[in-house]
Amino acid sequence: MQTSNRPVSVRDLSVAYHRKPVLRDVQFDAPEGKLIGIVGPNGAGKSTLIKAIMNLLPLTGGEVQIYGKPYKEQRALVGYVPQRESVDWDFPTSALDVVLMGRYGKLGWFRKPKAADREYAMDCLDKVGMADFAKRQISQLSGGQQQRVFLARSLAQDARIYFMDEPFVGVDAATEKAIIRILNELKTQKKTVLVVHHDLQTVREYFDWLLMLNMRQIAFGPTSEVFTTDNLQKTYGGRLTVLPDLPEPVAETR
Amino acid sequence: MSMGLTIIITGALVAASCGFLGCFLILRRMAMLGDAISHAVLPGIVIAFLMSGSRDSLPMLLGAAALGLLCTFFIQSLRSQGVQSDAAISVTFTALFAIGVILVSLYTRQVDLDLDCVLYGEIAYVPWDTLYLFGNNIGPKAIWGVGTAFILSFLVVGLFFKEFKIVSFDPQMAAALGIPVLLIHYLLMGLVSITTVASFESVGAILVVAMLTVPSATAYLLTDRLETMLAISVGVGILSSLFGYWLSLIFNASIAGSMTVAAGIFFILAFLFSPLHGVVTRWLIRRKMRAATDQP
Amino acid sequence: MNVLTQIQQFFSDPNTLWVLSGTILLGVSSGVIGSFAFLRKRGLMGDVLAHAALPGICLAFMLTGSKNPLFFLIGATVTGILASMAINTITRFSRIKEDTSLALVLSVFFGVGIVFLTQIQHTNYGNQSGLDKFLFGQSASLVGDDVWVMGGVAIALLLFSLLLFKEFKLLCFDPGFGRSLGFPVGLLDLILMLMLVLAVVIGLQAAGVVLMAALIITPAAAARYWTERLDIMLVLSAFLGGLSGALGTLFSATTANLPTGPLIVVAATMIFLISLVFSPRRGLLSKAIRLAATRKQMARERVLQFLYENREQGYFDPLNTEMILWKYPMSRRRLKSALASLTKDGWIQVEQKGGSFFIRGTGEGWVQAYETVLRTRMTEVWMMHENEIGGNIREEGSTTGEIPPDLFEPLWNLLVKHGREPKWNPKSDSIAGEGGNVP
Ligand SMILES: Nc1ncnc2c1ncn2[C@@H]1O[C@H](COP(=O)(O)OP(=O)(O)OP(=O)(O)O)[C@@H](O)[C@H]1O
Ligand SMILES: [Mg+2]
Repeated sequence: MQTSNRPVSVRDLSVAYHRKPVLRDVQFDAPEGKLIGIVGPNGAGKSTLIKAIMNLLPLTGGEVQIYGKPYKEQRALVGYVPQRESVDWDFPTSALDVVLMGRYGKLGWFRKPKAADREYAMDCLDKVGMADFAKRQISQLSGGQQQRVFLARSLAQDARIYFMDEPFVGVDAATEKAIIRILNELKTQKKTVLVVHHDLQTVREYFDWLLMLNMRQIAFGPTSEVFTTDNLQKTYGGRLTVLPDLPEPVAETR
Repeated sequence: MSMGLTIIITGALVAASCGFLGCFLILRRMAMLGDAISHAVLPGIVIAFLMSGSRDSLPMLLGAAALGLLCTFFIQSLRSQGVQSDAAISVTFTALFAIGVILVSLYTRQVDLDLDCVLYGEIAYVPWDTLYLFGNNIGPKAIWGVGTAFILSFLVVGLFFKEFKIVSFDPQMAAALGIPVLLIHYLLMGLVSITTVASFESVGAILVVAMLTVPSATAYLLTDRLETMLAISVGVGILSSLFGYWLSLIFNASIAGSMTVAAGIFFILAFLFSPLHGVVTRWLIRRKMRAATDQP
Repeated sequence: MNVLTQIQQFFSDPNTLWVLSGTILLGVSSGVIGSFAFLRKRGLMGDVLAHAALPGICLAFMLTGSKNPLFFLIGATVTGILASMAINTITRFSRIKEDTSLALVLSVFFGVGIVFLTQIQHTNYGNQSGLDKFLFGQSASLVGDDVWVMGGVAIALLLFSLLLFKEFKLLCFDPGFGRSLGFPVGLLDLILMLMLVLAVVIGLQAAGVVLMAALIITPAAAARYWTERLDIMLVLSAFLGGLSGALGTLFSATTANLPTGPLIVVAATMIFLISLVFSPRRGLLSKAIRLAATRKQMARERVLQFLYENREQGYFDPLNTEMILWKYPMSRRRLKSALASLTKDGWIQVEQKGGSFFIRGTGEGWVQAYETVLRTRMTEVWMMHENEIGGNIREEGSTTGEIPPDLFEPLWNLLVKHGREPKWNPKSDSIAGEGGNVP
């Protein structure tokens, strides 16, 4: 396959939790240096896709490659911003310390983080606007601030591909814009970012490319090409009553 | 060395090494593991006894440590198959303990083991059980055993500190960074097994279980930094053994029991008065704030 | 002496019968209470309460000076309740997690117990040797009275769980929501813990600490594998607990001097392991089989789809299997097994030419390929028009997406609208030739 220079290459992927596949026919080659949105209704399999790519679920068919090799060999290239609930926020550690953990992979065995790592981590915190909270114990941060710390940690990881599962949940509008600015900065460094996103209003503004999912892949391509009424109807099974092209807010009738 | 000093040193060493590892256990939500291991080692002790035919402590120690590790392996396997954590722990250690008791009664003629003594060793006898090297008395066995376990844990955790830390905080992230999560897990489990086994032979299971949880829980209430938490936990453990020994002299009671009670008292103090998280402290702060807003 | 006569003899011995009924009752009552404890993620409570009984027993002895089991029961119950209240307080008012507070309370209470025990020894209360017997259990010594007490408590516990079933269910699942509905969650929790304490304490003298820890959680954990419903789980857990008790007792009575308690634990563990591996829905074996079956099914569908789509586009020659791999990546082994099973069904024929393999469909195979492609495409348009078509696509349990018959017609129309209907129907082909589109 001639796609070895592609950051993420997914071919004919299918995943089943029980008998029936909840995700199938997923096939795309993510281009490098792009901000890629993943959209689809609840239960479309967006989280499942990310977990499958990161080898956290067994595939029922197909294959995934990260820069031409299986994920297992390319772990260091992949950053992941998990959902906030996944860790114990009472852990005795500060925000800066959490960000510093992102450097551990680069450090290797036995070596302790140096002053340079600390500075790097501090820079990352600064980028997400959290420098003032560096010394705070993490349970004393608000939900949105915790989300930003996670983002800073993945920046510190200095990966080439990032997966983010709904990073904008519980984040205020200003923070959302700040995060998008950071993601755009990553883009200029030839990094590839895949983001699960729910707000169709901002899709056009945020993402260069789009993956539209509803238990199977509906469309993949540059946002300007695939973000069409037709594809949206397909993705949301005709449930969207107002389409995001219009100025009114999108309403989902369920 | 005086008897009292020996007992205090042994208790302090047990407290230090258990307090040290206990921090990681409670952060990983595996506090009950100490209790589980101390029960699960029984078949290891019996098998070692049957195989070596002696009541020498080295084979028994090895047998016990092996079973301790096996116990954590079973627990981990069950958990990775989706068994709820408390069930995995409970099923494993009760089964292993039951097998141990069955082995004892099967070979009851060969096994002349005092179970109470194995599981509920008494720290008061520590000074009499000394170790000889080339015919020279080099001091109480317990101090050597527990001391070795302590130094080992200290070295290993020191070397892999950042790995231990991230694996405790966010194993998924650790895996994504290429850190061998399972290896670190078993390293910790191995250290806990060794420490538990080395300690309870001389001081009894109850003190080990107590020292694995109570000082580290106390420290957890007193600080927001992992490094500090480790230090406080060790400190509280040592203080408990001192204070406990003193209590046992006053009340003429079991030393191990008193040390446990002492640790419990420290915990209650921290629970009530910790500057960060104490119940009373928070209440006082709230009252002061209310008073301040009432009369500006 | 064969086993049968042994068992006969066993049943004629009134003493062992008492033991048997005692262990069964114990298993049943702790199975029921254990289920709630298990779902409340408090499975280790059995262990904690069993340890926390020691100070209570000692206190009872110090206060009364007698070794009457009733006083022991009361003492152990009191400290058991204290222990569970301590656990609740610690988790509620500090950031200490549940498992830590369990271990903490266990060790401190037991430590206090040991201090009391040595006090008793030193101050010469007389013979205290019975105390640890109470804790470490001897079911062989169960007598009529004990069994009556156990039976009474077991029935009371069962009745209570029946009465408070709905409340306990809420408590285990979502205590916060329960509170918002106006249930006295704290009180309910206390009642549940009291019941747990009773179940543990009556079991202690017969069974010992470790057996009680096992009886509380192991049958419940095993029962969880067989059902998704709480009421069935309770019944099953009670049954499995009783079964473990019976099996352990029978085995112990028929083999020379093996202790009953540990055998019951082993029996319960066996039942748990069997459930873990073999239960139909959540068992490891069925999960593995299901994954393999789905993978194979997927691979077979891919082959059929590939055949059909080539034919649909007017490509009639046998197809090189390498081309399948190129379009639908899968391991060679999986492709081979899919091809083998399709050949065995008589749906395809495989020929070897040079180093490569070529496949073609058979009469039946083309029909199946058509059905597969039709099903896939119908699911596809169904999903696009979920809102207007209705029905439940996501319904889970059916194998790969059967189309409900009543949706067939509208879906076909949609397919035609999108130009996605299978263009070649092998069924009508033999009669009407190319282009027969009617399904
Ligand atoms: N552990 C599981 N076991 C069984 N089915 C599951 C499991 N997790 C998810 N599913 C099913 O898989 C499908 C996809 O779930 P997934 O979590 O990937 O959706 P999603 O696109 O992330 O939705 P959301 O927008 O709500 O986050 C859903 O239909 C869900 O019911
Ligand atoms: Mg999701």
